[in-house]
Amino acid sequence: MLQLQFFLLLAAALFCIGIYGLITSRNAVRVLMSIELMLNAVNLNLMAFSNYLDPQTVKGQVFTTFVIAIAAAEAAVGLAIVLAIYRNRDTVDMEQFNLLKW
Amino acid sequence: MNLAEGVQVVSFSLLSLMMLGSALGVVLVSNIVYSAFLLGGVFISMAGLYLLLNADFVATAQVLIYVGAVNVLILFAIMLVNKRQDFAPVPRAWIRRAATGLVCVGLFLLLATMVVVTPWAVSTQVAAGNSAIVAIGKHFFNDFLLPFELASVLLLMALIGAVILARRELIPEQPTAPAQPPALMLPERPRELVSAGASRSAQK
Repeated sequence: MLQLQFFLLLAAALFCIGIYGLITSRNAVRVLMSIELMLNAVNLNLMAFSNYLDPQTVKGQVFTTFVIAIAAAEAAVGLAIVLAIYRNRDTVDMEQFNLLKW
Repeated sequence: MNLAEGVQVVSFSLLSLMMLGSALGVVLVSNIVYSAFLLGGVFISMAGLYLLLNADFVATAQVLIYVGAVNVLILFAIMLVNKRQDFAPVPRAWIRRAATGLVCVGLFLLLATMVVVTPWAVSTQVAAGNSAIVAIGKHFFNDFLLPFELASVLLLMALIGAVILARRELIPEQPTAPAQPPALMLPERPRELVSAGASRSAQK
């Protein structure tokens, strides 16, 4: 039978993959994709808790819906920022976005 | 183990394999267009996991919003900033990669230990199932009314903000000079003025 721990372990693995991609990737769009991965891991956690610990009043599903809405807004604004930086610096390399670095 | 549990276990294994493989592909594949499509695979398998967790409404919302909107938006962004350049190699990049991998593996081990050790108070109630969507609607309009309305305001702000951030700063005042006609065409003969009564076809 499926257990809560399986879903939590899967979500933890997905979150760690997202962190790895967030730190090591150099393409700005791939950084946004890694953020989406991490948000999905959090969603999976919330859904697993909602199903196993609170199956009648499904508050985890409500939270997940909010997170999905906010992730959509984040993706739109993030990609707009990437476009603006690309017009400004003419690259999507994260190593060259160092306007505020010393 | 009866048939239903077997089906659940098999579909969970398939979906988790698909999801972890696609997620690794998103991070590690060098072509970013493939990464974007693999991200769609992650979202689809996540919707399948939501179905396994008795949440059909959220699975539908996942497919609609993530696969239908966010993934398409990311593909459009890739098309807009598609500059095929090789990034200049950073000295000692492998140290960064190894340190990040170490930190990620350590974080995963920490989380896994926490998950396995903690005695979860698993409820024995029956899952809401098909009535979950009614419960979600009641939550939205009773105790989560303020976050619900704030989310709509936030979406409006994100819409306007994205338009303002992504539009071009400078609109060129005059259009650029018309292109020179190709050299193969003969220069046009200067037109002679015709009287007002003449038809235009007689001009040719």
